[in-house]
This record gives sequence, structure tokens and C-alpha cells, in this order.
Amino acid sequence: MEKLGCEKKLINVTNDVSVIGSGPAGIVAGISAREFGAKKVIIIDRNNWIGGILPQCIHDGFGIEEMGISLTGPEYIDKYVEKAKNLGITVMKETTVLKINNELEIFAVSRKGLMKIKSKSIILAMGCREKTRGNLIIPGDRPSGIYTAGLAQTFINLYNIMPGKNIVILGSGDVGLIMARRLKIEGANVKGVIEILPYPNGLPRNVVQCLKDYNIPLLLSHTITSIEGKDRINKVIISKVDKNKKPIPDTEKIIKCDTLLLSVGLIPENEISRNAGIILDDSTGGPLVNQYYRTTIPGIYACGNCLQVYDTVDLLSIHAKIAGKQSAKNAIKGKNHNNYAEKNIIVKPGTGIKYIIPQMINKTGIIDFSFRLEKPNKFSKISFELNKNEIFRGNLKYSNSTGIINMKVKIPNYSPKSILEVILNE
Amino acid sequence: MNDETKITCILCPIGCEIRINKKNLFIIEGAKCEKGIEYSKNEVLDPKRILTSSILIKNGILPLISVKTNKPIPKDKLFNILEILKKTSVNAPVEMGEKIIRNILNTGSDIIATKTVKKSK
Repeated sequence: MEKLGCEKKLINVTNDVSVIGSGPAGIVAGISAREFGAKKVIIIDRNNWIGGILPQCIHDGFGIEEMGISLTGPEYIDKYVEKAKNLGITVMKETTVLKINNELEIFAVSRKGLMKIKSKSIILAMGCREKTRGNLIIPGDRPSGIYTAGLAQTFINLYNIMPGKNIVILGSGDVGLIMARRLKIEGANVKGVIEILPYPNGLPRNVVQCLKDYNIPLLLSHTITSIEGKDRINKVIISKVDKNKKPIPDTEKIIKCDTLLLSVGLIPENEISRNAGIILDDSTGGPLVNQYYRTTIPGIYACGNCLQVYDTVDLLSIHAKIAGKQSAKNAIKGKNHNNYAEKNIIVKPGTGIKYIIPQMINKTGIIDFSFRLEKPNKFSKISFELNKNEIFRGNLKYSNSTGIINMKVKIPNYSPKSILEVILNE
Repeated sequence: MNDETKITCILCPIGCEIRINKKNLFIIEGAKCEKGIEYSKNEVLDPKRILTSSILIKNGILPLISVKTNKPIPKDKLFNILEILKKTSVNAPVEMGEKIIRNILNTGSDIIATKTVKKSK
């Protein structure tokens, strides 16, 4: 505490389950924790609203897999916010978490002052952030008129501000596709979506209903090689790219525009996790977790987009419920699944697999895995090999395997320090 | 063979690619569920979409209220409906689910609010 230097004003709180972030993951996990017996549940959020990004996601498609109905973002989150209220869950708005530690203490600051929330379990649900021009290092001038797609969504859907008239979108992630349609609907001229990969990065349904329905061009295997404009952006130079994503000389084309939106990927937000000493996975950008979504620190759980960047809120919520349930069990029984190093199975992504969650297992029986392939692959089989012996072989269910794939696999008895490798068989 | 067309189903994140005969609506392959079969037939006969957008709200804590059609509307009427939405404004407060325009352009679909916007103090 001496480091913070505010001992005298420190507000002390004790709590069962504390959730960091009030987006869909945080709210769903908080509700689940309450339903599975945690008496006192607090959700902390730095914003002055509840629901994270969903209030600005006014398009529909939320809830299809989870509830069988298609809702807009605000409608989806409203169902859970109501439920959280009815369950007596406290949401602390405008409260920023500064740090957490392995004693399960949260230090947070709000207008009331500095507080220490001693918790029995902590759930990380901080979400993710958009990549910016700085992450991509696009050459050229540094004019105004360049926004991330999500920021443009905030401007248009919440504040009634149009970011520009002639728009180019870099990246075909779902937010970019949704924003292409949104801008067109609001009267802008959307000149095209530029994608460096040879296939679209967003869901097929969004390619159809956001681009094809509105005749917006999608340029695959292309990237922006220069941004030009003195004060405001006035053009981008695009080039075709080869198999290695390298621009091909003499393929340059000019697209005049006054606005460039970037939809080039999301980064899980884990500054708090990293500072607490939680070990992160380089591929997911989120904490390493076991089958209960428990991180490498006992009592701390992770869910939502800070764990892995999800394609849909539905699967995110399904997983967040498990994290919430387990955090409640831990809070009630004080049961720390502490046997990490010895009894664990280490799960490794093998050939063709980008990442897999959970990365650690310490029980036998059915385990719910989620993973991504390195590239789309329609007609493949996935093998689960425990110490080089195949224990499961599954067919890919989805035709668009750029997305997260879910598989339930039964884990048999195993010896300590086993390795489970997941492999794509072409 | 020329009667064959490929339709990407938009009903769920899977996005089945369904091959269908445009003339006799015979499904050739690709649909993983019943809903997809129905969708691809409708897509050939009369493509429909849910439209989501926003309209101006006066005296609200936000300048806009998000809205949607409560049923899918014909695709070729999207921009006609948007023209109407552009000219529409409401007064706060408006509750989620409230009907703002009934039976828009005789489509049988209502424009409803998808969020609650309270009156500004």
C-alpha cells in the first residue's frame, strides 16, 4: 500500500465475486456467479454506462446461437442487465481498476476515492481494443480522417456524427463489414473494403448482408501501401499482394477518399492481468486458463474478449457462464484447484491450429475446447492426441472455419505431465 | 445447369453455401438445417431483410434512438424505408419495444425502438 500513498482515505470493501468489466462477459459471468451461490457480487466498470460495446451495436444478429432469436446489441444486453438488477448485483460505474494481486485484492479508484476490494474470487472481463494505424505501420502522410471502425460506430450510432462522405475501409473483420453497411445506409459513398487475405475475415452472413446487399466492393489480396493528404486524408494507394502478403510492384491504384476506417483486428486488454503476474498465451493474447477458465493465479478467472477475441456474443456468454459458476464455487468452498504443475495436461496447438483453449486441464471427463485454425479449411478432420495416442477424431462442422470451432472431447485417465496435442489432418 | 445458383445463408454464423435450382426451387446441396432450406427458397422468390438503423429523438439523453423492423422487409424497399426514417423524429422518453411507425410502406412490419432513451433532465 505504501506505493499508492493513500492509506488514510482507503475505502475497504470485502466481497465474494468481483468482476472487472460490465460488458456482456462481465454481466453474464456476474449473474452466473450469483445464481451458483455467491452472495455478494460486484461488477466494476470505468465507463459511465453498463454493457460495454453492445449499446452502440444497433445491428441485429445477437443471440441466434444462444437464445435462438436475433436481437440487436442494446436488446441483448438489456435482458442481462435486468436480470443482474433483479439478482441484487452491484455495478460500480465510473470506477477504474488500477491493479489486482495474487492475494485477490483489487485496487480501484472512483470519485469517492481509492478503494481496496478484498475478494474471494475475481473474474477478468476487460474486453479488447481495436488495432490502430500504429499497429500496422502504413506508410504515408499523417492526415486527419483515419478512424478505427468501432470509433466510427460510436460517432454514428451514439452521437449522430458522420465521420466523412467518401469512405475506404481497410480490413474485412465483422466490425468493418457492419460499418460499411451502416455508412451506406446513412448516405456515405463507401468505395470499398480492402482485405490483405485471399478470403474475407468476417462472417459469411456479414459479407452477404453488409456488402453484397449494398453493392459495396470487396478487394481481396489487396492492401493500402500509402495514405496521402495534407490536413485531411484525400487518397489511399492500394496494391495487390502476393501469397506472403507482400505488395506486388506496379499494381498500385489510387482511391480518392476523405475517410479511412480500420478494421484490422482486436487485441485482448490484459494490462491488469499482466501486472498481477498472470501468464498470458502469445497466440490468444489472453490469460492461460484451465477447463474452469481459471488463470494461473488461483481464484482469478477470465472470460470474454480479454480471454480470446470471440466472433459472436453467444459463445462468449456461454463460456462466461462457466467462468462465473466456477468463481462462485471457489468463493463458497475456498476450493483452489492448486495442483497445476504436477497433475496437469498441457494442451498444445499442433499443425494447422492457431490456438486452443483451455491450455491446461486437471480433470478427466468431457472438456469443452474452443480453437481456431491457421487458415480456412472446409473438409478437414481434427485429431486430439494424448501423449501421441489419438483419443478423439472430429469432423469440422462449420463450412466457414475461419471462426472459433467448438469440440467436446472426453479426457481419459492420464499420467502426470501429459501433453495433449490438437492437429489438423488435411 | 444455368438454373442453378449459390446462396449464402445469413440466418446464423455458420453461413452455409446452398446450391439451389432457381426454377423449381430444388435444393441441390449445402443446407445444414431446415431453416436454411426455407431461407434459400425465399431468397430466390422474394429476398427479405431485417433493417436496423436509428432516428432522431428530441429531449433525450442521447440524440438518437436505435430502431429495427420487427419483421423482415423486402430487400428492394430498404432504401424507401430509410428515406422515411430519415424524416422521422420522436420525443423522449421512448421505451425499448415501443412501436414508432406501424405497418411501414404496407410491408406488414412495424418500426420499433431497440433501446430505451430517457428524457434529459
